Amino acid sequence: MNPVARTVLQRLGLGLVTLFIVSIIIFSAIAMLPGDFAKAMLGQSATPETVVAFQREIGIDRPPVERYFVWVGQMLHGDFGSSFASRTGYRRTVAEIIAPRLYNTMFLASMTALIAVPLALGLGILAALYRNGWFDRLVNAVTLTTISFPEFFVAYMLAYLVISRDTFIGSEFAQSLPHWLAVSLNWILNAVPKFPTLSNVNDQTPFWEHVWRVALPAITLTLVIVAHMMRMTRAAIINMLASPYIDMARLKGMSPMAIVLRHALPNAWAPIVTVVAFNLAYLVVGVVVVEVVFVYPGIGQLMVDAVKSRDVPVVQACALIFAATYILLNLTADIISIATNPRLLHPR
Amino acid sequence: MKGSGPGSREKGKDLLQIRNLHVEGFSDERWHPIVRGVDLALKRGEVLGLIGESGAGKSTIGLAAMGYAKPGCRITQGSILFDGTDLLALSETGRRRLRGSRIAYVAQSAAASFNPAHRLLDQTVETVVAHGIASREKANRSAVDLYRRLQLPDPETIGFRYPHQVSGGQLQRAMTAMAMACRPDLIVFDEPTTALDVTTQVEVLASIRNIVEEFNTAAIYVTHDLAVVAQMADRIMVLRHGLTVEEAETRQMLASPSQEYTKTLWAVRKLAKPEVPADDYLLTIDNVTAAYGRAVKVLQDVSIKVPRGRTVAVVGESGSGKSTLARVITGLLPPLSGSISFAGQALSKTLKARPKEILRRIQMIYQMPDNALNPRQTVEEVIARPLEFYIGLKGAQRDRRIGELMHMVEMSETYLDRLPAELSGGQKQRVCIARALAADPELIICDEITSALDQIVQEEILKLLMRLQRELGMSYIFITHDIATVRAIADEIVVMHQGKIVEQGLKSEVLTPPHAPYTERLLSSVPEMDPDWLTRLLASRRM
Repeated sequence: MNPVARTVLQRLGLGLVTLFIVSIIIFSAIAMLPGDFAKAMLGQSATPETVVAFQREIGIDRPPVERYFVWVGQMLHGDFGSSFASRTGYRRTVAEIIAPRLYNTMFLASMTALIAVPLALGLGILAALYRNGWFDRLVNAVTLTTISFPEFFVAYMLAYLVISRDTFIGSEFAQSLPHWLAVSLNWILNAVPKFPTLSNVNDQTPFWEHVWRVALPAITLTLVIVAHMMRMTRAAIINMLASPYIDMARLKGMSPMAIVLRHALPNAWAPIVTVVAFNLAYLVVGVVVVEVVFVYPGIGQLMVDAVKSRDVPVVQACALIFAATYILLNLTADIISIATNPRLLHPR
Repeated sequence: MKGSGPGSREKGKDLLQIRNLHVEGFSDERWHPIVRGVDLALKRGEVLGLIGESGAGKSTIGLAAMGYAKPGCRITQGSILFDGTDLLALSETGRRRLRGSRIAYVAQSAAASFNPAHRLLDQTVETVVAHGIASREKANRSAVDLYRRLQLPDPETIGFRYPHQVSGGQLQRAMTAMAMACRPDLIVFDEPTTALDVTTQVEVLASIRNIVEEFNTAAIYVTHDLAVVAQMADRIMVLRHGLTVEEAETRQMLASPSQEYTKTLWAVRKLAKPEVPADDYLLTIDNVTAAYGRAVKVLQDVSIKVPRGRTVAVVGESGSGKSTLARVITGLLPPLSGSISFAGQALSKTLKARPKEILRRIQMIYQMPDNALNPRQTVEEVIARPLEFYIGLKGAQRDRRIGELMHMVEMSETYLDRLPAELSGGQKQRVCIARALAADPELIICDEITSALDQIVQEEILKLLMRLQRELGMSYIFITHDIATVRAIADEIVVMHQGKIVEQGLKSEVLTPPHAPYTERLLSSVPEMDPDWLTRLLASRRM
């Protein structure tokens, strides 16, 4: 068999094994949490009989090992189970709770990725090309600044910027400035599009409206993740520039741009895609703070709410989706690393 | 081809004139001179050989001919006139336009200088397309033609391979094709065959010489190997410490070098030791077969006897299994079958099963002293370690012994508190020899220990080893690919090829005809100082 196909299958198998182990960890961790959904739901005054009856109804009276296998078995059939919030005659499946939220999260993550990844790669390549020059320093300083602020701070600053485009000229602060400065500042602020500061969407929201509403969270997340990817791109390329084949390319009279793009970048993909995968995973699993600031109904908020109400099936499903995201993205990064290495792709 | 009608390529017109070239390199926080005022002139179609020890500045001058200084170096003075244009007065863009198209470069290590991410053909035609000399299709056809002229196998398809898919000798020829792609006026060859085996070297040298003659290309040929430069160059320039020692036509230079330094360079290759037969055997290797993992056998049925107090040279090209043999003897690689006995006792196959006393009696010296010495240990610590570990010497006794060892390897005790980085290549190898001697061994395995050194230093190290053998009576197994070294030091010779012994015996027996076919090929491939050697060899092989 083609060695690349074999490696890919091998990694895929390992990914599934990892996911299986993670499912055990998630299940045991949640089973060990203190607190009881039944008691919490029914309140202090519930009689022991009602509690037992309710436990039987949602199936948490069975031993944990049995419950684990039931859970895994159901999932293998594509059934994520029912939320504890279901009532007799009103079944709410985990799938129908999670699906719209997952869609929203993926929407925001994809949109951010479409902005951030090309931006980071482009800036990284340019920074490597003009290394140690003013452009390099500027890009490094700006991206490091944005990554150093907590994301909620960046989010509120952006929201404030959008709001002040209408309020600035009438504010006391503007009055205290010289007239020409206030006018020009106002002119700059008015160049900022009037992005919505609340990103509330639902399943009726049209596609482009959705794009418009998640603009601010997407920009916030871009500012948060771009530095990491850009710096790795720059470092990986500069690392390659010390190779003898780069000297050779210079002696062949290649332009600096051709050297970076044709000779350094193709050999630098492996470290770059690893960092890109890491940051994309973060966009799916780590953005709850930004969701809260912009009131965006993503999966992060859903999981926090489910933890608060001890809705175990939802929490488990969310955790498993997060784990699968990590595994899948890292798997993709591995495969790209292999596919960009001609030694593996074209064996002797 | 732009800017060069048939008239301007005429042989004999001035092409390159370097005057009063000064180049500096930055290290240890300051600028050091590398080239200190060198003049050089080259006519169209002429090949100039630059020769000298490492640090003589020959590669730096080769690069300067392209108006290029390595990162960390700078050209501080002088003028470089290429076809009437001063390269130093041109802008960087202007110089870039000339590089690759009119002045090309062939590097020492083709394996490292080809980009692993692109196919050979794409890299060969890159300059042609980038400099806008011909269309991609035309360039591809021309590249295939060059591959054919350079005698590469499957010229039609070899360009579609990646660098890691072809051999070192083929890569070096592909790099020559890459340099030729734009039909440049001048090619700088920077030690193009140094990393190759002698048998491969002959073929590459012949290919390079043919194509340079065919296209009437001028060349600067940088090397440290006199015999090679004798085959390639019309004129030779000897360099030392960044200065020209002398310059003359090749035949005249070989016949009667005028400077003392050149004469010492010439004399190195004449070192030869009379062999002394012996029948008291220290080490007996019997039918040893070894492999890495379950892969192809690297050693097959190897039997060697090493006499006490003598030197056995193991000769072969890379991949012949000679270094694996050293690993088997030292116990680093347990053999699959066969036995080894040392001083009448059977040796355990694995390192772990061997007592310390046996380990002490077999020592090893490596090719790269840089890797074999801990960069954070001083010379004293390096030598003291085996004294403490094997012999248990301490305090004043140990210090006295360290002094004796330094004296034995002809180094002053003032070097004791230096770190390896503060020593020259030859000095580092002396420290490695002292470390091996510290264990008071009966057998020393020397794995290519002189191949990273300049010829003059090589000679000193070989003389030192021979003197030590006379005085201390230990045996050497001397692993090498260099026949001159073998002539200098061996009593017996073992010729290896693809893991098997081709021929073995006393030096005089192996080196005088009739030879086994492989030995014949190996011996005839060793370049000789005679400038007609390559021509004669090719003629005799064609018959």
